[in-house]
Amino acid sequence: MSELTLDATIANLDKVTDFVNEELEKIGCSFKAMTQIDIVIDELFSNIAYYAYKPNVGPVTVLVDVVDDPACVFITFMDNGKPFNPLEARDPDTTLSAEDRKIGGLGIFLVKKTMDEVSYEFADGKNILRIKKSVK
Amino acid sequence: MTINKKINGTQMYAEVNGRIDTVTVTEAESILKSDLDGITELVLDFKGLDYISSAGLRLLLTLQKTMNKQGSMTIKNANETVTEIFDVTGFSDILTIE
Repeated sequence: MSELTLDATIANLDKVTDFVNEELEKIGCSFKAMTQIDIVIDELFSNIAYYAYKPNVGPVTVLVDVVDDPACVFITFMDNGKPFNPLEARDPDTTLSAEDRKIGGLGIFLVKKTMDEVSYEFADGKNILRIKKSVK
Repeated sequence: MTINKKINGTQMYAEVNGRIDTVTVTEAESILKSDLDGITELVLDFKGLDYISSAGLRLLLTLQKTMNKQGSMTIKNANETVTEIFDVTGFSDILTIE
């Protein structure tokens, strides 16, 4: 298990992405799965950076845990900010026209659609969001 | 992320390279939205686009709405990952993808 703790700021997004990608490369993650995971990191980390500690800045911890058989990765995002379950957001209506489309909820929707599992809990004063993704 | 933009009369052709994510979207937005006045044909070439997150999708949606009013917008050469994102989010139905 690898762990990274840093300030939840947009400027740190690349650091988180690089950290996770390094772990994924060690286990021979497919390019497609890595790209999908990178997008999900963007969605989840930016949510925390924008909202968790607003208007202040606070820490976020990212855990990467790799399982061999079958090869998959668990990535956990933890912050001490305001309790917020992003999974409760209503899925966007993907059938609406450009004029009627709402801009909210797309990111979490993408996370749900591209990851194998997504879960949220609030425990010990922490928002804990966990994703699971097969890496082959 | 880099954008190579060419304006020819009322056509704007923009090659977008790298990724459009939370970090790069602000720059992408300012490049793509400037000089859009009077443009009737916007072509976005995504041959060099690695991936796009929801921040980028929101930008595409606002560009599409603008171009609906003043002309057309076409997306070309999107890779498999980007195409899948368009499919999953229903953007395939909103955008004109070649």
